[in-house]
Amino acid sequence: MSIIFFLAIAAILVAGGFLAAFIWATKDGQYDDTYTPSIRMLFDNPVKIPELKDKKDD
Amino acid sequence: MPTVHCSSCVWLLENLNKVRKGVISSRLNFIKKDLSLSYNPVEVSLKKIVELLAYLGYEPLLNLESTDKPLQKNITQRSLILKIGVVGFCMGNIMMMSFPEYFHLDLKNSDDANYHKFFLYFNFILSLPVFFYGASDYLIGALISLKENIKKTTDVFSVDIPIAVAIITLYGRSVYETFVNNSAGYYDSLAGLVFFLLVGKWMQQITYDYLSFERNYKSYFPLAVKVLRGNLESFMNVMELKKGDTIYIHHQELIPTDTIISKGIGMIDYSFVTGEFDSISKNVGDILYAGGRQKGERLELTVKKPVSQSYLTQLWNNEAFTKQKVMSSSLLSNMFSKYFTLITFMIATGSGLYWAYFEPSLFWNSITAVLMVACPCALTLSMPFTMSTTMAIFGRNKFYVKNQGIIQLLNEVNEIVFDKTGTLTESNYEKLNFIGSELSEFEMKLVKTLTIQSTHPLSKMIANSLNIKDFKALPIDYFQEFQGEGIESSITGNLVKLGKGGFIKSARNKEIKHTHSFLEINGILIGYFVIESVYRKNWQTILNNLGKNFKLFILSGDNDADNDKLAPHFKENSLHFKQKPQDKLNFIFQEQQKGNHVLIIGDGLNDAGALRQSNVGIAISEDIKVFSPACDAILDASKFGQLADFLKFSKTSLNIVKASFILSLVYNFIGIGWAVTGELSPVLAAIFMPLSSISVVLFAVGLTHLFAYFRRL
Repeated sequence: MSIIFFLAIAAILVAGGFLAAFIWATKDGQYDDTYTPSIRMLFDNPVKIPELKDKKDD
Repeated sequence: MPTVHCSSCVWLLENLNKVRKGVISSRLNFIKKDLSLSYNPVEVSLKKIVELLAYLGYEPLLNLESTDKPLQKNITQRSLILKIGVVGFCMGNIMMMSFPEYFHLDLKNSDDANYHKFFLYFNFILSLPVFFYGASDYLIGALISLKENIKKTTDVFSVDIPIAVAIITLYGRSVYETFVNNSAGYYDSLAGLVFFLLVGKWMQQITYDYLSFERNYKSYFPLAVKVLRGNLESFMNVMELKKGDTIYIHHQELIPTDTIISKGIGMIDYSFVTGEFDSISKNVGDILYAGGRQKGERLELTVKKPVSQSYLTQLWNNEAFTKQKVMSSSLLSNMFSKYFTLITFMIATGSGLYWAYFEPSLFWNSITAVLMVACPCALTLSMPFTMSTTMAIFGRNKFYVKNQGIIQLLNEVNEIVFDKTGTLTESNYEKLNFIGSELSEFEMKLVKTLTIQSTHPLSKMIANSLNIKDFKALPIDYFQEFQGEGIESSITGNLVKLGKGGFIKSARNKEIKHTHSFLEINGILIGYFVIESVYRKNWQTILNNLGKNFKLFILSGDNDADNDKLAPHFKENSLHFKQKPQDKLNFIFQEQQKGNHVLIIGDGLNDAGALRQSNVGIAISEDIKVFSPACDAILDASKFGQLADFLKFSKTSLNIVKASFILSLVYNFIGIGWAVTGELSPVLAAIFMPLSSISVVLFAVGLTHLFAYFRRL
């Protein structure tokens, strides 16, 4: 049953990892602007012209 | 980037690097409408980028204010978000680790006893960041308030004090239980409490990011102006202007500082600065004060004073601008907290004494239990949640309040001061009337033919106002413009004159207060054109409605031409005209000295001082994002009629706060009821304390929405 000690510590380490990610994200300024990213994700990636040429060959 | 409005704008502006070589990257904050750019100065200049942006339709808002921008707000907000995250993390884990305790570990079993200890120390470690990091603001705040009370510099008893008492007792008792009694502490209640408090604080901070309430003359002034130095014309930051510099001001440009005209005829619109409705014509040698807008030809001006010393900016040196407004943001809760703390301590000592006599072992238990449970947590939560809901409801109705404290201040208002130009009247709309005998079609043609010859703004207005079907200019034999006087022309043999009283001899004895122009045809006075301001829709009913509950005043920078029109809606001696910005400020100050709480509604820089001095200053604006002077709230002009509803609703929301105070008192009585018997177990506290907080919040928010629904807000 002493596995529970290990389990609890492992659980807190995993959760701590997420907490660290949260702190990192906050300090990085991700919560300064919570609206624009929702628009930004809608943009298509730029289409590269050489790729189009390749498609013709196919 | 004031014109940013859709997702395509974001796309275009963030792909600027593809449009223009040299731009490395660009990031847009859609809400704040800020664009951050990085570019290579070797390949492209900032000026080129700005020109490109303007060409694309996103003319950046460049004004004097953009040179000094603080980044303070982000940092405080980030630290609060961090605290909420950390405390939330600890709270969740502490609760999980407390479950075994709640479901009764068998302490006689050696295995369970081991776990018991493990969980206890685990919780203790997790509680460290809650107490020392999450709750630090409250502990420090309480300490400062306590020091000030001891030093007698203030008699305000901050609400932080009862909170800190609860936090410290919870923590102290928990640590004692852990290390001395080897039994479960109240860590979960502590973490929950701090978490809710922080969330409440976060709610309190929510404001309208995209609105600016702190604008001063700097955001009105241009960043640069064309200057002649030596023989070189160049643009220069207006802050660098020195006495004796020669500057050029074009049509629709703003005069940045006090100057003297050295060339050209000025037609200066001071309406934004003074509230004067009519443009003023100025000639060579006249002094122009900062803030006027030139209408007409290019002016050459000699600078008299640097920007920071101009007549207009002097207003900002007034004391009213340096001192902070009296924010009763937590006035109600501060008042409450004094009695609350006092009563709590009394109950605690009372129950302590009782148990000391009957059952000494329960002495400390009962005292600490009372202090723990009687936390004004629900009290401190109901205020921010009700107020932020109210703010959101106001915002939905285009009434934007700077912060929550303003809603409380709105309650105390008993006098309302109106500005006239731009507040009671529409700011972008003026009406041209002709007074006199009605013009025949031929006369109209004559006047139009005459006025289209001139570039004078009034002539242009007159020409535009005359709608003639299939108009063709009549042949002109002779035309002459007399600067600042009028125009005359001979058209198909008729002598037509348009101009001032002195210029038109037959109108010499007439006096008209608004901007006007007399019309004379063949020596006979036909009548005159006059520009009148247009009053907002329903302004009379609005004033009459407000007049029932408030004392109304008018402070106008304009002349008293509209006195007769306004007088019926106001009490005697409440109309004041020709008020300079300083006069307005003084008037408000005097009213406040009499113990009145003054609300002022204004729109221009001329109201800036008064807005600042007043208890609540509301700026009215046709376009809320463009410009409004520093104020406490911004009202969209289209919602002017609902002002009375907003004032009424702010009273309602304060009543809701009071109601939820009572509700939380009921909870406190129940909690203290348990506490005095010394039977407050950790489980009970862990369930009871968050439950009371959440239900108070739900009660407050729900009731606010319900009332808003019934009031159709």
